[in-house]
Amino acid sequence: MADIIKVATRDAYGKALVELGEMNDKVIVVDADLAAATKTGMFKKAFPERFFDAGIAECNMIGVAAGLATTGYTVFASSFAMFAAGRAFEQIRNTVGYPHLNVKIGATHAGISVGEDGASHQCCEDIALMRSIPGMVIINPADDVEARAAVLAMADYEGPAYLRFGRLAVPRINPLDYKFELGKGVQLCDGNDVTIIATGLMVNEALIAKETLANEGINARVINMHTIKPIDRDIVIVAAKETGAIVTAEEHNIIGGLGSAVAEVVCECCPVPVMRVGVEDTFGASGPAVEMLKIYGLTAENIVEKAKAAINAK
Amino acid sequence: MDANIKKQLQIKACKVRMGIIEGVYNAKSGHPGGSLSVADILTYLYFEHMNIDPKNPKWEDRDRFVLSKGHTAPALYAVLAHRGFFPVEELKTLRKPGSMLQGHPSMKLTPGIDMSTGSLGQGISTAVGMALGAKLGEKPNRVFTVLGDGEIQEGQVWEAAMFASAKGLDNLVAVVDNNNLQIDGSVSEVNSPYPIPEKFRAFGWNVIEIHAHSFDEIDAAFNAAAEFKGKPTAIIAKSVKGKGVSFMEDQCSWHGAAPNEEQYNQAMAELQAALAELEA
Repeated sequence: MADIIKVATRDAYGKALVELGEMNDKVIVVDADLAAATKTGMFKKAFPERFFDAGIAECNMIGVAAGLATTGYTVFASSFAMFAAGRAFEQIRNTVGYPHLNVKIGATHAGISVGEDGASHQCCEDIALMRSIPGMVIINPADDVEARAAVLAMADYEGPAYLRFGRLAVPRINPLDYKFELGKGVQLCDGNDVTIIATGLMVNEALIAKETLANEGINARVINMHTIKPIDRDIVIVAAKETGAIVTAEEHNIIGGLGSAVAEVVCECCPVPVMRVGVEDTFGASGPAVEMLKIYGLTAENIVEKAKAAINAK
Repeated sequence: MDANIKKQLQIKACKVRMGIIEGVYNAKSGHPGGSLSVADILTYLYFEHMNIDPKNPKWEDRDRFVLSKGHTAPALYAVLAHRGFFPVEELKTLRKPGSMLQGHPSMKLTPGIDMSTGSLGQGISTAVGMALGAKLGEKPNRVFTVLGDGEIQEGQVWEAAMFASAKGLDNLVAVVDNNNLQIDGSVSEVNSPYPIPEKFRAFGWNVIEIHAHSFDEIDAAFNAAAEFKGKPTAIIAKSVKGKGVSFMEDQCSWHGAAPNEEQYNQAMAELQAALAELEA
């Protein structure tokens, strides 16, 4: 068996920005004093004339990005998820979302896997916040391959988008020739007993859960839902009809994220049991990332447990 | 400035004030006080100073304007209408369902609006972004924004001010419409932003102080700003809230209230009389 390659999606983001910069001189990157951590520093090094550091002032950074976008540039604005989606929420809503400007929010350090920095930096609310803005696209890549593909694809998309990246190195699950399609969930394996719909680093956990369930005679379908908005309604409805039970898995509060988005579709179109794996409406804490994922119930074991519960609820 | 040009601007500004009253009266809501205080500066910018083309509102090399104090949209709408961006008749649709004239400016709906604003403190950041974009593209165009004096209580204004001077954006001019009043009272009673010029100087800006209702001073300030290199310019403009309508002048209560029919008639009569005098 080949060695597992682990790369943080933020690293893929930084590299993809450099690729974009080489292809397109209208790409600009702004950051708020976190270029080393968000990995936009790679772009800064390659294209210093097209990189602007707003300093520790995220609200102004978003406004500057919006203004730049009106002059014909494709702008990537980066900070940690907490300070992009959180602190600058209203700036994103009013000066990016409402005028539907071509600004991509590249938010890194999303979720509990920030680790040691603790609750103040572990943003598990960003998907919920961004979902509430009309016209906002939200993408949460599962690995570095998908992160790169999503960044390149979104540079060609005209309008606001929120790209969610992680700090932790995560296993590569996609082939290098992976094609990203906005708004289209990816069925990674078929099954007819239950469907696991996962996003971000939970996709790998879903694949592990699939194996565990298979050993117990349960055949789970696994879907990678990289685009949370617009949600792929068709793939959800087909999964609900064909498997009759759904588990969602995300590194986010169970309120307002992928689980909510999937449940909304299922409730409206094809009611079947939906169980959600995520942060159980609580704040995080300090500790090593992998340990925190276990403590907060974000593992394959948690998915297995919920999958069985969903099947029992049929 | 040339006496004839000044007279023409005064006439235009008077018509703009009538457009403000017309719009707010028909909407039965809106913000006449701050619209009237900024009317002269907006008239000057659009009729005399800015490089724009009403026939081609999205012209790439145009000068840009951001009304950071977005609630005074009635003034901007009246200026844009009189400048030929859309028919003056449209002003009566202000704030009505289906109108392109929203309560606060929308760049998606109204020709000539360069940025959607309304949430205070945010417009200046977008103006900074536009000025940065112009510099980066080596474009000659300049960017203008108007802030309220209450608005500068927002911390984001100072984030933007710091950034603009750090980047040397001398193609940017920010006006502070210093009418001294905000919703809850005088700005100094509520949470004093004074001294305003010193604050902008400390943030690395070129500062010019003027009276907001003197076209000579307005003209001199904007021409000086155009010549000034290396720093953005802040024009601190002492104004009178409600300027031009006697019973609205310097009254906090007219920040966000519409005139009734009697008040509307009186306001229009006063402005008609002023116009007749100017045109005599």
